[in-house]
Amino acid sequence: MSRPVARSLRDTGFFLGIAFFVILAAFPFYWMAITAFKQNSDLYDVTNIPFWFNEPPTLEHIKYLFEETLFARWLLNSLIIGVCVTAITLVTAVPAGYSLARMTSRKGEALGIMIFLTYLVPPTLLFLPLSRIIAELGLQNSMWSLVLVYPTFTIPFCSWLLLGFFKALPVEIEEAAIVDGCSLFGAFIKMAIPLSVPAILTVVIFTFTLTLQEFVYALTFVSSSDQKPITLGVSTDLIRGDVFFWGEIMAGALIAAIPVAIAYNLFLDRFIAGITGGAVK
Amino acid sequence: MAAVFTRDIIKKFGEVPAVNGISLTVPDGEFMVLLGPSGCGKTTFLRIICGLEQQTSGDLLIGGNLVNDIPPRARGVAMMFQSYGLYPHYTVRNNIAFPLRTQRVPREEIQKKVEWASQLLGIGHLLDRRPRQLSGGERQRVALARALVREPTALLLDEPLSNLDAKLRSSARQEIRQFQQRVGLTTIYVTHDQVEAMGMGDRIAVIDHGRVRQVGTPTEIYEDPADLFVATFVGAPPMNIITRNGGGYIGFRPENFLPKDMIEDGGATEFSFRVDRSEYLGSERIVYGVMAGFDSKQPITAKLPPAHVAEESIRPGEWHPFAVKNSALRHFDTNGNRSIRH
Amino acid sequence: MAVIAEPVAKPISRFHFILDRREVLETILVAPAILYVLLLVGLPLLLAVYYSLSAYTIYNPTWKFVGLANFEQILQNPTFLDTLRNTFIFTFGSQLLGLVLGKFGAFLLLQPFPGRKIVRALIILPFAVPVALATIAWQWMFDSLYSVINWTMIATGILTREEAPNWLGNPYLAMLCIVIINAWRFFPFAIVIFLAGITAVPQDVIDAATVDGAGFWRRNYQIILPMILPIMAIGLIFGIVFTFTDLSIVFLLTMGGPGGATSVLGFAGFQTGIVSGDVSHGAAISLFMLPVLLVVVIFMLRFIRRREI
Repeated sequence: MSRPVARSLRDTGFFLGIAFFVILAAFPFYWMAITAFKQNSDLYDVTNIPFWFNEPPTLEHIKYLFEETLFARWLLNSLIIGVCVTAITLVTAVPAGYSLARMTSRKGEALGIMIFLTYLVPPTLLFLPLSRIIAELGLQNSMWSLVLVYPTFTIPFCSWLLLGFFKALPVEIEEAAIVDGCSLFGAFIKMAIPLSVPAILTVVIFTFTLTLQEFVYALTFVSSSDQKPITLGVSTDLIRGDVFFWGEIMAGALIAAIPVAIAYNLFLDRFIAGITGGAVK
Repeated sequence: MAAVFTRDIIKKFGEVPAVNGISLTVPDGEFMVLLGPSGCGKTTFLRIICGLEQQTSGDLLIGGNLVNDIPPRARGVAMMFQSYGLYPHYTVRNNIAFPLRTQRVPREEIQKKVEWASQLLGIGHLLDRRPRQLSGGERQRVALARALVREPTALLLDEPLSNLDAKLRSSARQEIRQFQQRVGLTTIYVTHDQVEAMGMGDRIAVIDHGRVRQVGTPTEIYEDPADLFVATFVGAPPMNIITRNGGGYIGFRPENFLPKDMIEDGGATEFSFRVDRSEYLGSERIVYGVMAGFDSKQPITAKLPPAHVAEESIRPGEWHPFAVKNSALRHFDTNGNRSIRH
Repeated sequence: MAVIAEPVAKPISRFHFILDRREVLETILVAPAILYVLLLVGLPLLLAVYYSLSAYTIYNPTWKFVGLANFEQILQNPTFLDTLRNTFIFTFGSQLLGLVLGKFGAFLLLQPFPGRKIVRALIILPFAVPVALATIAWQWMFDSLYSVINWTMIATGILTREEAPNWLGNPYLAMLCIVIINAWRFFPFAIVIFLAGITAVPQDVIDAATVDGAGFWRRNYQIILPMILPIMAIGLIFGIVFTFTDLSIVFLLTMGGPGGATSVLGFAGFQTGIVSGDVSHGAAISLFMLPVLLVVVIFMLRFIRRREI
């Protein structure tokens, strides 16, 4: 067949492919969004066309969320947990990542890999003994149990990210500072940290998103509605009796999902670079 | 009193000795060059003097004081790194002021010293810029100012010119040398470039495999090499080395290996030389070939002066009588060390 | 002019510069992280092993050692073998599907076209949004009465209302659902991994292959694919580990049903250990994850090491 025809066939195929993937990926979210704003009468009518509004959109689900449920409280819980866990993670992972990066022998690499591997130990294995430990500490059914447990996966992951970053930071600058009169620790504080602000920012964002989306530990350790973080709350607490309040559930899911989605979009490249640091030369 | 004195410094990484017993004395105000190929241990040795590495054994004295267990900041040394090591997040002013701040020097004094150092290096107009806004030459001057401002006993430089392109290298070289002479600061300079070493050093220490092969002025190193390594490392093209029939080696430099009719007075040894290849470099001509009756590892080279450049008098493939003045011959024993003959 | 700086003259105690000792500082800086991990990951791991070898339950928290009895009991339970089988199907089915989708998606996204950034942002969504929230969206989409998928199929005449499947009520369909959801979750991750790997292949290698006469398919499968194998392996490690041990999707979508058809290891461990309070058997169930994980990780790490270019 002639060149232009072949080309336009290829182009059409290309765009069909792209469209397929976009619809596949995004449709559930479109569905989520539209459900959140549809009136109940519109929602629960099988004869209505589901893809668009048959009756005018409404904010009643969102109102209900904030007024009749503990949604706002869950948001607050997640915020508190996020801030605390991020603080703990920064204080432990930044020095650890730096130290591992600057270790001279293969020791640093080996330790780094070991720490990273703990990230792969599944929560669905650890949650059992951890639940006993939490009970012993008297933290059962409290959101503070999550503040204690979440760093177990944020610290390994962030240490690994920071290890990669600090390795790429030239040692010369710290050595110059040492010769100029800094102590080793001073060089860390005055040189390494100020120059690693982008990486630290990435760590903050990731830790926050990791805590926001966590489900297993939250499910295991928290049962009281007012102690639940946002993801757990929206997934489990919006069912009254046997009835699913889909409008509210979708609205809650939407609100809870947006910040995480935005953060991932901005930082996904860094994330991938972080975990594949070794294999991609 | 020597500014820097080392006694039998050894540094081992695992089982491998990177520095294998170096004893060196650097008097006050001298520009000492540590010259050697990559991996010979010269940078490790420099870092030991600086305090960034700890020697496995041996003593180090700076300004007369034993500093073996003392960290860099208390040794009275300043160091300039290959990429200058400027602090990217500080202005030039704060870069220069940093060593004084760490010593808790009072603010007015810091101000004065920064002024003085920046005037000395002509960078007063750059004080409020950041390193990334500066050219290579400007960065070098900032690094020097920062090194100078603490008035150290010794200034250590680790191949600072290797990142520059060839053109900048010679002007940067000059600047460093002039600066040092003006200020009179004891300087230890590490490089693998023998042209740099010969051009800059008061004395040169030639280092190979962690040992000092010879310490001397450029003239001594060039005219009186202590062994084969020094003889062939310094000078481009390198000294011609041929094996003697009775054991040992004889060496002579390409510029001393000339057509017989160019050597006037007697006292010369003749050789028959066949040219295989020639390179015309404008101001001279370098010819490569073999000598009748003698073995050597590399092709024999001769550096022909302009008299023979224009004419195609020495053609490839033909045997010519060449000669070397006896005074220009260097003799080496079977171990490669210099021996005195006749 | 040079004034000789004041070198230290007085004797210094060995402890004066202790924080300057590299080893000391290094240890202090790593210590908090290592301690945290040891206490809250290492210790629980050992505890889990111990529980599985004891008769510990919530109602009878005894430390009595029973050897491998728990494991035997679990293995004799037919539903457990189903659970094990389900877990494997779930994991490898969704990973395969995700990989295939990922490869094609990456291929499409390699070409620059207007709006590529937006498309990329949209395609990342399934991976970027928390599992639990995405799962409940799918739950709504698979709802027995109001499923939009069913509605579409009815409206386009493929099926009638009576034939419309009860997605979550049918054992085979329910399994299909969780595989789809997990593949849907991971394919954007696969796309990004592929993209990262392919763009890391140096252009000269590809050019050399073209000059050497390699056509499109040969270039892709004999040159590029082997070079991105290490990064694919890393992506697979993540995918397999997080799928094999997953609990959220099953918990929210099917609660292991209908009749245990979608029960997976993570979920079974949760049901037994937390909900029923039988800690010892729950721990034993969860421990079945370890061998598979270890094998996967070791195998992949070796593979990466050997293949490093």
